[in-house]
Amino acid sequence: MRYGAEIVGVGVLAFIALIGAALGVDEPFRQHMWVLFFTVVAFGALLMRNTTFGPKQPVDQSIYMDGPIRYGAIATVFWAVVGLLVGVIVALQLAFPDLNVEPWFNFGRTRPLHTSAVIFAFCGNALISTSFYCVQRTSRARLFGGNLAWFVFWGYQLFIVMAATGYLLGITQSREYAEPEWYVDIWLTIVWVAYLVVFLGTILKRKEPHIYVANWFYLAFIITIAMLHIVNNLAMPVSFLGSRSYSLFSGVQDALTQWWYGHNAVGFFLTAGFLGMMYYFVPKQAGRPVYSYRLSIIHFWALIFLYIWAGPHHLHYTALPDWAQTLGMVFSIMLWMPSWGGMINGLMTLSGAWDKIRTDPIIRMMVAAIAFYGMATFEGPMMSIKAVNSLSHYTDWTIGHVHSGALGWNGLISFAAVYFLVPKLWGRAGLYSQRMVIWHFWLAMTGIVIYAAVMWVSGIMQGLMWREYDEQGFLVYSFAETVAAMFPYYAARAFGGGLYLLGALIMAYNITRTILGHQREEAPIGGVAHKPALQPAE
Amino acid sequence: METYTAMREFADSWALLAMTLFFIGAVLFVFRPGSRDLAKDAAHIPLKDD
Repeated sequence: MRYGAEIVGVGVLAFIALIGAALGVDEPFRQHMWVLFFTVVAFGALLMRNTTFGPKQPVDQSIYMDGPIRYGAIATVFWAVVGLLVGVIVALQLAFPDLNVEPWFNFGRTRPLHTSAVIFAFCGNALISTSFYCVQRTSRARLFGGNLAWFVFWGYQLFIVMAATGYLLGITQSREYAEPEWYVDIWLTIVWVAYLVVFLGTILKRKEPHIYVANWFYLAFIITIAMLHIVNNLAMPVSFLGSRSYSLFSGVQDALTQWWYGHNAVGFFLTAGFLGMMYYFVPKQAGRPVYSYRLSIIHFWALIFLYIWAGPHHLHYTALPDWAQTLGMVFSIMLWMPSWGGMINGLMTLSGAWDKIRTDPIIRMMVAAIAFYGMATFEGPMMSIKAVNSLSHYTDWTIGHVHSGALGWNGLISFAAVYFLVPKLWGRAGLYSQRMVIWHFWLAMTGIVIYAAVMWVSGIMQGLMWREYDEQGFLVYSFAETVAAMFPYYAARAFGGGLYLLGALIMAYNITRTILGHQREEAPIGGVAHKPALQPAE
Repeated sequence: METYTAMREFADSWALLAMTLFFIGAVLFVFRPGSRDLAKDAAHIPLKDD
């Protein structure tokens, strides 16, 4: 029977959810278990409708397993639109507080919904699907573990649904980028270990003797996230049928654990994983090998060794010991070198083919992404310097910095990877429309520039207003006055985010039509026609 | 000695030395004789199929 074990597993999970819904000790937990129950039952029904009782079909091990990657590409686009939409909504909630609809859609609940939707749902799906694509092609081996890759995909979507609905119900452990409560954390741990098994298993059975550098970055991302997730979420539930838990750490140790996690979520989820994407997809799209392979190896080791220590820069001028703050600052500044080494390596991959920036919109998007990687990794170390941080910390400058990295680097490189992948995965000659990619590109660029510039101005203004003393030593501005002063910037920020969302909607349309096999009639993109590369004699 | 103090002293002496040496070793290994050609082959891995 096809999916036999899976259907039984889903049934057991649904039963556990039902027990939780019946015996839960607090109301949000019971509601959350109902969400889990209906989600799992719906999925079980889907499995049962697709089951067959015929003899088992042998799996052709010489063919790459692309099913979960196709689903992953669709999920990436879907969650991108959802996450960015929630982002625009929270931006509007900050500008117009009347948009806070109590209790489910308060800023306090929609904000983690936005951060988790873009980081874990959008970027996470992009990472999982591109890593599965890359590891098979560079190892020349089918994904290890059979249907385990499907479990990783669907299990991860269940994690996203549980995290998102939990936030709206008010369930949170209040840890930055790690808000889901203990039972959702346990589920993510199971899915993540399965992900590691699939990825590592594929590398171990590779037919290519060398492990390509992109896989090093992906593997570092998977292993480090497993370690960070487990340590940061060490907590004791109040009840095994309740939604509340308490961290095993307290005080400043707890704060440091959180930012050790928080910064390395940026360092390994949003940087190492995406560098893996860069080292595979930029050479593929450009049709040229990476500029310096040896530099990429040094980039890898330097990034891995330095990033893990940078977290304390989130806790400058707090109860954290001074030596730890200085350590975080020094390591952040040292990170300039691997970051810029990696950026130069990515950009110089195009040396000799710079014309492609004009003729190939996907390359253009990749180059912009790498440029934003360089800019964000320049700004970050600068902001980690204590003197700068005393002005920038807790202000909108930080938000602007995060978004130039997230929208510019993570967003654009993921979009470029999706545009590269979808025609290949569905066997189409090309995208539905190249020109729509250009529209997407310019909308995204305009959106990022507005967003980042506006947040610089409002952040520095906010920081200066907070520290303004009069000649008698009194603060000049009340907190409410600084909030009122930021209204125009908040409105402009929502506009910039809206443009970025519009670009993503164009992508969703373009990708949908590509999957359906349509081809838009349009004039070719200007510039010199691309000549086929000369082939060496056989 | 307190566990915290012991671990801290280990971390900023032997552990730090070991990690620094590993890192320097990794960088030196990248530039070992003959690595240029191997790196060139490795860089072409993604371009070899489909």
